[in-house]
Amino acid sequence: MMQTENLVFLEELREGVRAVCKRFDGAYWRKLDEIDGYPTDFVEAITQAGFLGALIPEQYGGSGLGILEASVILEEINRSGGNAGACHAQMYTMGTILRHGSLAQKERYLPKIADGSLRLQAFGVTEPNTGTDTTNLKTFAKREGDHYIVNGQKVFISRVEHSDLMILLVRTTPKDQCVKKSDGLSVLVVDLNEAVGNGLEVRPIKTMMNHATTELFIDNLKVPVENLIGEEGKGFRYILDGMNAERILIAAECIGDGRWFIERATKYAKERVVFDRPIGQNQGIQFPIAQAHIHLEAADLMRIKAAELYDRHQACGAEANMAKLLAADASWEAANVAIQTYGGFGFAAEYDIERKFKETRLYQVAPISTNLILSYVGEHILKLPKSY
Amino acid sequence: MNIFVLVKRTFDTEEKIVVSGGKIQEDGAEFIINPYDEYAIEEAIQKRDALGGKVTVVTIGGEDAEKQLRTALAMGADEAVLINTEDDLDELDQYSSAYILSEYLKDKEADLILAGNVAIDGGSGQVGPRLADLLGINYVTTVTSLEIDGTNVKIVRDIEGDSEVLETSLPLLVTAQQGLNEPRYPSLPGIMKAKKKPLEELELDDLDIDEDDVEVKVETVEIYLPPQKAAGRVLEGDLSAQVKELVNLLHSEAKVI
Repeated sequence: MMQTENLVFLEELREGVRAVCKRFDGAYWRKLDEIDGYPTDFVEAITQAGFLGALIPEQYGGSGLGILEASVILEEINRSGGNAGACHAQMYTMGTILRHGSLAQKERYLPKIADGSLRLQAFGVTEPNTGTDTTNLKTFAKREGDHYIVNGQKVFISRVEHSDLMILLVRTTPKDQCVKKSDGLSVLVVDLNEAVGNGLEVRPIKTMMNHATTELFIDNLKVPVENLIGEEGKGFRYILDGMNAERILIAAECIGDGRWFIERATKYAKERVVFDRPIGQNQGIQFPIAQAHIHLEAADLMRIKAAELYDRHQACGAEANMAKLLAADASWEAANVAIQTYGGFGFAAEYDIERKFKETRLYQVAPISTNLILSYVGEHILKLPKSY
Repeated sequence: MNIFVLVKRTFDTEEKIVVSGGKIQEDGAEFIINPYDEYAIEEAIQKRDALGGKVTVVTIGGEDAEKQLRTALAMGADEAVLINTEDDLDELDQYSSAYILSEYLKDKEADLILAGNVAIDGGSGQVGPRLADLLGINYVTTVTSLEIDGTNVKIVRDIEGDSEVLETSLPLLVTAQQGLNEPRYPSLPGIMKAKKKPLEELELDDLDIDEDDVEVKVETVEIYLPPQKAAGRVLEGDLSAQVKELVNLLHSEAKVI
């Protein structure tokens, strides 16, 4: 059980995030949705208020908080009707540098990431022919003197156009020369301001929702050797290290979305009068909202359990993955309930439901497909035969 | 600069007011720092950062008001004082609030006291001026600009949409009007630091105030909500008939022409 003092702090944290979000209302996000615009003002405000530096240790200018607190911050952004997807990477992508970077790299990057003067929001792993099959990625970095020369292609790399740095996963030893297929991958920090136009071409991908994602074409991109994180060849392990944190944070975003949908649907069901009674008096409307709420509360418990395990440095792979699946399912259920409750108005942009509906659908697919979580639980928790 | 800010916990502006049994129901309602007080806090922080010194936020109320004080500390105030009257007093009015604050502030050697122009609940705008009067210091209400040079103070105040420029001197009490500044929100480091900042709790005894000294002078006769706005009326018929009907109604019913 959480202590009262922690609960009070979490509540203060929630209110702090809400106070920032209050200045960026539905109209702000709607306008951006219309033009596929990036919420630069919001991201600046939430960064300057220090919330995205939550996980960075105090010695590097952050607040040194745990994953539970960090997850509460992202939850509240989504719960306020915003989209944490625009900025969550600034909070956790730095984890690779924090856990595996050299002291010099930490001192060079982390304080500026904490104060927002350096945006590390892009994370280049996925490739057109290798989605979750990460070890088969083709992008190759060949060492030549003080530099790596990188060639390859990446896809669905988000926020590249709104980031100064990118963490890039590349192969540095051909797979056929490695003992294990997960060997031979390495992590590089790419300075996007230098790279774009000098070996890196960024092409935006228009998607169903406003998500600022891109395709990358890498052609003889030079990256200084000093930008290698940790040891060459161990990159896959470094990336996996960050996965549990990401699962928990994304679960929290789903919870935030779910709460937003339930609050909206409940309010509308009380106010909307049809046939002389509020529609929420009809069990056909009321029960699905109640059901979605129950599933959301259950998912939230798993998310808190996973976060508490993580913060105590205990194994939490199962819980983090299950929390992500439960929360993504619950937010999607809540989204469906909200749109059904609103009827035709649910499809009208001015009510924000359709925008959030599109946004929360993504969590079934990214950053990890729900199916892969089922495979993980089947194989690693239940010890069933590997299914892929 | 020894700066004090008077803060009041009020209903959230988005809260729907429910009156029942002659009282406003507080159950389940959200509370905030009175929005005008936020301008006062922001100005105090800016003045301290520019001129040095200390910002102390003060409120009168119950245990619940601690939350608003914590928010002010998270914004950047240095210390907070809660004058807790929960056990001693059933009600407060402008007179009693000003008196309690004056007893607290009389030996504090405040250079500058800031308050909101009005609280959005009671809306009297009296506590600030009354307090200045009790302390025997200058005061200016509804300020939109405050410049301090030594003990000289230059002020712009809002006078119903127009501006008035004044010069006065410290010690001084001002009440903040919208437009004075853009209040910051608490940052994450601010929220964390606030946990370690002093929050002093005082009761009337600590201020040597007798309950009889602060008996309210205002009697609340009745509390009721404004009448609900009636639905509009849609005129019918062709355009000329509608215009005729409208003129007729403006003349005979609204009596404006």
